[in-house]
Amino acid sequence: MSIANLSYRAVFSLVLKRDLTIAMRHKDDIINPLLFFVIVVTLFPLGIGPEAQTLSRIAPGIIWVAALLSTLLSLDRLFKSDHDDGSLEQMLLSPHPVFILVLAKIVAHWLITGLPLILIAPLLAVLLHLNEQSYGALMLTLLLGTPVLSLLGAIGVGLTVGIKKGGVLLSLLVLPLYIPVLIFATSAIDTAALGLPYSGQLAIIAALFIGSLTLAPFAVGAALKVSTN
Amino acid sequence: MSVNQATSLTPPLISVTNLTCIREERLLFDQLNIEINAGDIVQVEGPNGSGKTSLLRILSGLSQPFEGEVFFNQQLISQSREEFHQDLLYLGHLPGVKGEMSAAENLSFNLTLQGAPNNAVNIEKTLSAVNLTGFEDSLASHLSAGQHRRISLARLYKSTAKIWILDEPFTAIDKQGVRALELLFKAHIKQGGCVILTTHQDLLTFEPEQVKKITLDYVFD
Repeated sequence: MSIANLSYRAVFSLVLKRDLTIAMRHKDDIINPLLFFVIVVTLFPLGIGPEAQTLSRIAPGIIWVAALLSTLLSLDRLFKSDHDDGSLEQMLLSPHPVFILVLAKIVAHWLITGLPLILIAPLLAVLLHLNEQSYGALMLTLLLGTPVLSLLGAIGVGLTVGIKKGGVLLSLLVLPLYIPVLIFATSAIDTAALGLPYSGQLAIIAALFIGSLTLAPFAVGAALKVSTN
Repeated sequence: MSVNQATSLTPPLISVTNLTCIREERLLFDQLNIEINAGDIVQVEGPNGSGKTSLLRILSGLSQPFEGEVFFNQQLISQSREEFHQDLLYLGHLPGVKGEMSAAENLSFNLTLQGAPNNAVNIEKTLSAVNLTGFEDSLASHLSAGQHRRISLARLYKSTAKIWILDEPFTAIDKQGVRALELLFKAHIKQGGCVILTTHQDLLTFEPEQVKKITLDYVFD
């Protein structure tokens, strides 16, 4: 066959590289969600007052809710621009399995939006007087949880990408799916603050991660096919 | 609504049976049967809104028909997705060009994704074939609509696909460019490929009887 035998890995890195290149040249995509995250978290101490006790009590919730909303804010760009300029059609028509292309795009999205959040989170945790024992839990839950947000969010984006103003619908579709992550992540951080083991909650988030990593790309592929129909 | 069928022993590349398409509760075409062989150039004609784009999207497998089936080498396209897509090059209304990437990067990505052979020298040559010499490293967002289309059409020069489905390929292309494209189509069908396109222009370099026509008309029900 004349087809260059691109392995799955080659296709994956091709798409990943392309998306990262585009993001690097279009820095809004990286800065906007991060700035939103920082602004939301820094506004809370101003609104509630600087008492360390109150802040450290609500810190896990604030950080996680802000991370969740900032991911939601950035989701739209996952497929929107590709859909609008026709690249998405071309990807769906390539001889490679759709799930591998989709997975590469989701990984790129996480590297662009999820990873910066994780890197800056400890700094914001200091601002909110997060309990010292909770830092490990905060980082671990973010590390396992934010990919879930990207993966599940991609399903919602895949379904709404063909709709002109799908923003509200996207939030309605995706937010309920995010709630388990939010509950178990904040619970893990709270438990860690009490000095108790939090491996149970972490295991559940890890299960959500593995589950969505293996299943979401297929669901997104199917959703995109429906959207471009 | 039928294409005069060439009597040949080889099975058709693409065949379509009983195709019906309904969009927005409007019947666009009904019970369409088409056979397209290697070496055919097919022009889909019809007024705006008569379903030309819908037909091409169904042929390429992007859209699902209301009824009917599309076969590639006598196999349903949904069941031989990989083989079909290896032999298919579809260019729609949208050029599929990213503004954040340079002309060369766009072409290189598209070619690699389709599995066509390419390298830096090749890319430069191909871009000069579509009159984009000197624009290789310009970001596509700085180029014009016609140049975007040229970037996406450049893939035709390196394509190994047999079936070319082109939706209004001449949009925003100047006269010389159109002529160059027609010559490219000629070479392609000579090599045993087929071209299916929509355009409101006449194909000037082809003999009228060489071009098969599918005429879509408004259907009222």
